[in-house]
Amino acid sequence: MAVKKLSKEKLGEALGELSKFRLIAPAKSDDVVVFKQIGDAGEAFLGYGNSTVPPKKFAFPQTETLFRFVVGNPELNEKNVEEEGTTVIFGLRPCDARAMAIVDKLFSWDFEDPYYLKRRELTTLVGMACVEPPSVNCFCASVGGNPFGTEGLDMLLTDMGDYYLVQELTDKGKKLAETLSAQLEDAAADDEKKAEQMALDAKGKIRRSIDTAGIPEKLPDLWENELWKKVSAACLGCGICTYLCPTCHCFDIQDEVEEMGEGRRCRMWDSCMFGEYTVHASGHNPRPTRKERTRNRINHKYSYYPEHFEVIACVGCGRCINLCPVNIDILDILDQVVDAS
Amino acid sequence: MKNPYIPYRVNIIDAWYEAPGERCIKTFKVTFADEKVWDAWSHKPGNCAMVGIPGVGESMFCISSSPTEKGYLRFSIMKAGKNTSALHELEAGDSFFIRGPLGNSFPLDEWKGKNIVTIGGGIGQAPLRPVIQWVRDNRADYGELELIYGARTSEDHCFKAEFEEIGKSGDCECHLSIDVEEEKWPHFVGFVPSLLMEVAPKPENTIAVTCGPPVMINFVLKNLEELGFTPDQVYTTLENRMKCGIGKCGRCNVGHLYVCKDGPVFSYAQLKEIPEAFA
Repeated sequence: MAVKKLSKEKLGEALGELSKFRLIAPAKSDDVVVFKQIGDAGEAFLGYGNSTVPPKKFAFPQTETLFRFVVGNPELNEKNVEEEGTTVIFGLRPCDARAMAIVDKLFSWDFEDPYYLKRRELTTLVGMACVEPPSVNCFCASVGGNPFGTEGLDMLLTDMGDYYLVQELTDKGKKLAETLSAQLEDAAADDEKKAEQMALDAKGKIRRSIDTAGIPEKLPDLWENELWKKVSAACLGCGICTYLCPTCHCFDIQDEVEEMGEGRRCRMWDSCMFGEYTVHASGHNPRPTRKERTRNRINHKYSYYPEHFEVIACVGCGRCINLCPVNIDILDILDQVVDAS
Repeated sequence: MKNPYIPYRVNIIDAWYEAPGERCIKTFKVTFADEKVWDAWSHKPGNCAMVGIPGVGESMFCISSSPTEKGYLRFSIMKAGKNTSALHELEAGDSFFIRGPLGNSFPLDEWKGKNIVTIGGGIGQAPLRPVIQWVRDNRADYGELELIYGARTSEDHCFKAEFEEIGKSGDCECHLSIDVEEEKWPHFVGFVPSLLMEVAPKPENTIAVTCGPPVMINFVLKNLEELGFTPDQVYTTLENRMKCGIGKCGRCNVGHLYVCKDGPVFSYAQLKEIPEAFA
């Protein structure tokens, strides 16, 4: 696949070209950076670390309609997911793109999820390499990622100073480069080499790490270990660690009935950290306290997911650490797992 | 791509109460509204379906009829929450919606040539009914069939009329129990695990299948071990809160297994490896 360059002067023009699709890019919203649909290239904000909310919602919306109905009427109206059209997510971090590649495995497993998969098919991911780690709590390299990683991406941009190096990674990326042919130029001969060195440097700047070798295999033996009580003691059960996690994908399904008996069945993000999540109709709850729920969260990411898909369901973005209101730190939990016997 | 979230409409052709009271049990006999769905449909004993009413919700239930019963499906549902209460309002001529078949099934092909003993408690008899019916309809393929079933009172027994007929047919030995003494009750009085010890089925070439409240299952498993059954001779079903029914929403996992997709049928040998199975 070809390597091109995009001068920063032409970035606005390029985004303008891409806005003929549903263009999603990081943008400032009050004090936080969020991925949102932009109509005007000026709204894009690329001088960011990482977004507070991962861009997962564009494949897996926080709430979405599965089908509509009229109460008492047997006819159901299936939602047409294609209506959202071709989408370009521009400027996401490699960890967030890798998270989508990880979650793809679940949504295409055994039963194909038509809503998620259709959106993924229609979406092109344009990544922005992390020349500097976006936060002090980044640990992507410990869980199979890389600040310059390409997994899940269709195109990768690297900030080279006055210009972005543009790597086409897939057919979708190639197609996008064709759309941008008026803005892209040939890269210099040594650009790729420079980028390779930058990637090595970036990896060296990551401050936090964990040796994950053996953790998936060890977790089942630690079921009754007292560490779960200790690490969950401060947990408020707010669920932010799961809502803001780019690989968390749990959802609820609810029916909403609106006026005149018209309604929709929708699904919405849910969190295994909530008490009601597993409560039975009988009132029995197999995970009655935060201890069981924290244990399940860590096991799901670091044991059950690797068991099914041979990959840890964590990309080391650090959001769950940065944004936990009581400073629960997944790396601290994993350190305790490593040390436990 | 088939959309697994879209349910099929089924029409109720008959409905009756199995048990009265606050947590009453109602059986619905249904047919698909769409002929094409019938043509494409096939299920096995143990398979489940999400059952519900748009505007109310969905819950997962085992299909309580055997595929050998042609032309209809049955669901036997205890009134326990919002969705089941709404379903209980429905009568013959009404409709509800189902998604399925979901989940795995009892490995009845592997059990060919073996004796089968079912041990049920309360509404836990519903997943066992298709096993019993399947064995009766494929009689030559299996050894002896023995049925152990108990409920709180004689009124709480599901499928009473069927048990009488089964008992008389000579197909199967039926052992019934109630928890507390009642006048004119001719059968065992006591809990199901005690009835199991009274009947004391022999483990040689036998598969034991048990469904019921978790506390009953725990004691039954213990007693089966005492009778000499090995964990690979014992099967049960698990239940958990479910939403999607297809292993996506993440809620029903026990360890790395999803009850909706990898279950509800598990061997005791499998469950022994999963600490969360009987939480």
